[in-house]
Amino acid sequence: MSRAAIKEWVWVHKWSSLVCTAFLLMLCLTGLPLIFHDEIDRLTEDQPAFGMPGVGSSGTAKGLLTLDDMLAQALANRPGEVPLYMAFDNDQPSMTITTGPRPDAPGSQMTIQSFDRSTGKLIGAVNEDSVSGVDAVMHFLLELHTDMFLGLPGMLFLGAMGAAFVIALISGVVLYAPFMRKLDFGSLRTTRSRRTKWLDYHNLLGIVGLAWMLVVGLTGVINALAVPIEAAWKANELAAMTGEYAGREPLDQARYGSLDKAMAAARAQLPGTNPQFIAFPGGTFSSNHHYAVFFQGDTPLTERLLTPALVDAETGTFTAARPMPWYYQALSLSRPLHFGDYGGLPLKLLWAALTLFTIHVLGTGLYLWLAKRRSPALAQGPAPMPSRIAEPAE
Amino acid sequence: MSRVRSLPAIFAWPAVIFVIGIAGLVIALTGDGWRDGAAWAALAAPVAAVAWAMRARRR
Repeated sequence: MSRAAIKEWVWVHKWSSLVCTAFLLMLCLTGLPLIFHDEIDRLTEDQPAFGMPGVGSSGTAKGLLTLDDMLAQALANRPGEVPLYMAFDNDQPSMTITTGPRPDAPGSQMTIQSFDRSTGKLIGAVNEDSVSGVDAVMHFLLELHTDMFLGLPGMLFLGAMGAAFVIALISGVVLYAPFMRKLDFGSLRTTRSRRTKWLDYHNLLGIVGLAWMLVVGLTGVINALAVPIEAAWKANELAAMTGEYAGREPLDQARYGSLDKAMAAARAQLPGTNPQFIAFPGGTFSSNHHYAVFFQGDTPLTERLLTPALVDAETGTFTAARPMPWYYQALSLSRPLHFGDYGGLPLKLLWAALTLFTIHVLGTGLYLWLAKRRSPALAQGPAPMPSRIAEPAE
Repeated sequence: MSRVRSLPAIFAWPAVIFVIGIAGLVIALTGDGWRDGAAWAALAAPVAAVAWAMRARRR
């Protein structure tokens, strides 16, 4: 690589990193406890004793109460509210019912009630005002991590920071070559200057953590685009599936028909699969006239890929079913790949270790930039002249 | 002066660790059991590489 080319890549690496470092550090620090969200929840919350332990609420096992009964109970607890979502569990009879003041109520106005579908008992209810203690801390961290309490603009901004991080990674890989020209893989020159030592650590941790950092960075960007992705699905696919309903008045809640009838109609179209959740009319995930039942695939690989079946909410007759488009499937797969919650506790521990690697790389990168600025004598430093920087090994 | 290394030599180990890492991240998505174990081994590679470098390559 020519000296001029190296100089340009150094410029790209420096600025893409400087732009995102502060935010990436925040994302790493908030992400670290969020990796263990489930474990922390389990430690701090009482585990409910289910009536039929091990029976998934998403199934059709005998003894599970009807969806209509469950919904009636949830609405009785929240008078004046409308149902938004009903979500199921494949492993336990627990389920959640989300309600809000309006069909298009924002998340901050929603209340999520958990029930045991085998006994009909309310397990708990959360909304933004009721969270406290550890829950409130985790909720705070999650919001900071997702959008910094700024809603969609905050999400998109953090997505842009993720994109800058990806550029920093790629330019870092390009620069790895000139820096390592005279060094063996893994060289750590710890007896020379502090800068040399931290440069070697920066290069080593960055290059070995590259696959993980790239995947978590890119999937973070895709997750940050969740709102426009969902909107695109609704405007294109959902609109096409419910074309004959276009222009009709939104269906009033008083005219909602039986959920169990709708579920049976949906199941008949997609036999062998179980529903993950139902979206009620008027929200982000449905039309103004349909129960949208989102089915999971039936293999571990396709379990995250959803197929919505739309059922007329008034009559309970099936309208259409179509797998989610590629851009939504990409979002679905980006979630586990970003959260690290799909391979047991050891995977989470490795996720945490690699987050620490990232913090280290961000910290040493910042140090190297500051050290170079502080001592002009070293300005030839890591960047412009690799023959000087990559001090030959003895 | 030590010799100058070729690009393939510079990127040999990083490429191996990269490919193993991507494979590990993907394979655990396709199921549980041994696939999870494979993912753990794959993502432990970066940690092992750093531990090795700190023992063997420090000077």
